Amino acid sequence: MNAVAQAEAADLLLSAYESRVPVDPLVEKYGGLTLDDAYEIQLLQIRHRMMAGATVKGHKVGLSSPAMQRQMGVSQPDYGHLLDDMFWLEHLPIPADRFLQPRVEPEVAFVLKRPLQGPGVTVAEAAAAVDFVLPALELIDSRIRDWKISIFDTIADNASSGGVVLGSTLTRLSAVDLRLVGCNLHKDGELVATGAGGAVLGSPLTSLVWLANTVGAHGVALEAGHVVLPGSVTASIPVRGGDSVTAAFAGLGSVTARFTEE
Amino acid sequence: MSTWDIDRAATVLLEAEDTRTDRAAITEEWPGLDLTTAYAVQDETLRRRLERGEKLTGVKLGLTSRAKQQRMNVASPLTAWLTDAMVLPAGDPVAQDRLIHPRAEPEIVFVMRDRVAGPGVTAAAALAAVGSVHAGIEVIDSRYRDFKFTLPDVVADNASSGCYVTGPVGRPPEALDLALEACLVEVDGQVVDSATGAAVQGHPAEALALAANDLGRRGHAIEPGWVVLTGGMTDAVFVPPGAKVAAHFTNLGSVFLAGG
Repeated sequence: MNAVAQAEAADLLLSAYESRVPVDPLVEKYGGLTLDDAYEIQLLQIRHRMMAGATVKGHKVGLSSPAMQRQMGVSQPDYGHLLDDMFWLEHLPIPADRFLQPRVEPEVAFVLKRPLQGPGVTVAEAAAAVDFVLPALELIDSRIRDWKISIFDTIADNASSGGVVLGSTLTRLSAVDLRLVGCNLHKDGELVATGAGGAVLGSPLTSLVWLANTVGAHGVALEAGHVVLPGSVTASIPVRGGDSVTAAFAGLGSVTARFTEE
Repeated sequence: MSTWDIDRAATVLLEAEDTRTDRAAITEEWPGLDLTTAYAVQDETLRRRLERGEKLTGVKLGLTSRAKQQRMNVASPLTAWLTDAMVLPAGDPVAQDRLIHPRAEPEIVFVMRDRVAGPGVTAAAALAAVGSVHAGIEVIDSRYRDFKFTLPDVVADNASSGCYVTGPVGRPPEALDLALEACLVEVDGQVVDSATGAAVQGHPAEALALAANDLGRRGHAIEPGWVVLTGGMTDAVFVPPGAKVAAHFTNLGSVFLAGG
């Protein structure tokens, strides 16, 4: 795939954000799309948004559950960028129609106190770089019609990022076993999903290490103060205006996202 | 043997279990098998188990997850009996030569300190009667081919009872938030599923109260010392020969099971 085609694909996705009309799967239009192409298309959009004033506040890891990886026919996760305009405040209304086909995932967010530069980052180094963890709800969304995504489509589409809501309970990594933290996800008061932290690649820390080493291979470091969303503890659930979603984590507090129709 | 009755159904089910032979659902030949009659069949199989020397050890719940209830089109869980013959000592492999198509489910297990007699038992009152909480793995097995059955079939078949293993850690219930007690299931070292206690009727104590009230209607109480298996937290996983299943709990330790 040449640079012109990559730029065209990036523009297609950027226009889908504007129009809120999803586009056809990229792989239908660009047959030879590779993983490198897909990450380049993602980066083109991130650069475009940074030119417009957005700043990178962290990363998200996607496809971190065995079920999602099987569905996509891959054996590794993927990642996307978190920009400052993707952060929403807990309890304050989130306009659901800013998104195309939003879904919500409960996650344990890492906040870094010092940079992590891969490759070669170990679990020990990653743990030592974590300042604290926060309960979080990730808003995933797809600019691809009906979520008909292949691994290439989702990577090109910023790993199907939409937004993030961080809770306000700070917990030190040493105070909790992230692998066995329980999580209950409620929508409008009804229990919709449950899970344990280890549903994320066996442990959310593994996800942080994978991310640091994967972006590190391209010379990118995870920065102090950055937020890392390691992946969902449960299956995602669809949301729309009027919904209220709460994730409660054992020992980590809870976080609520409230969606309104504009 | 052309007509069906409680005696014949009990005989057929215990024979299928003893000879490790699956069979078609009883309701295919006996459409008149209703829920009340099915529980009478279950009670008759218990009577025969006790008659042959087994000891009653407690009660188990089935269909405690909403997904399973929707699949079976029922509004509440069902109860069935546990005997000492179903106890699997920790470390022992699942006896493949005794079971037909075993599947494992991680569960929160109660050992009762006080008697609880329904009806009218609440979750809070039920929990106050619990002596200790344990992690467990229940191995379910059905006498019906491919686990294909209706609700009365599975009730008559003692809610697909197989065997169960309980974990080494016992904790007082007041020390735990059981709705958020999580379980991570691994098969051969790979994480396959996870869930919390909330997946069981909203809270395992709700399942315990339901069991007490259900047994109350059947003329029984939950007795001190009984084990209560509150129901699968995740979907059941197959345990073929050689498979290694591990269930790791937040505060209740880990339980291991080998496929035998």
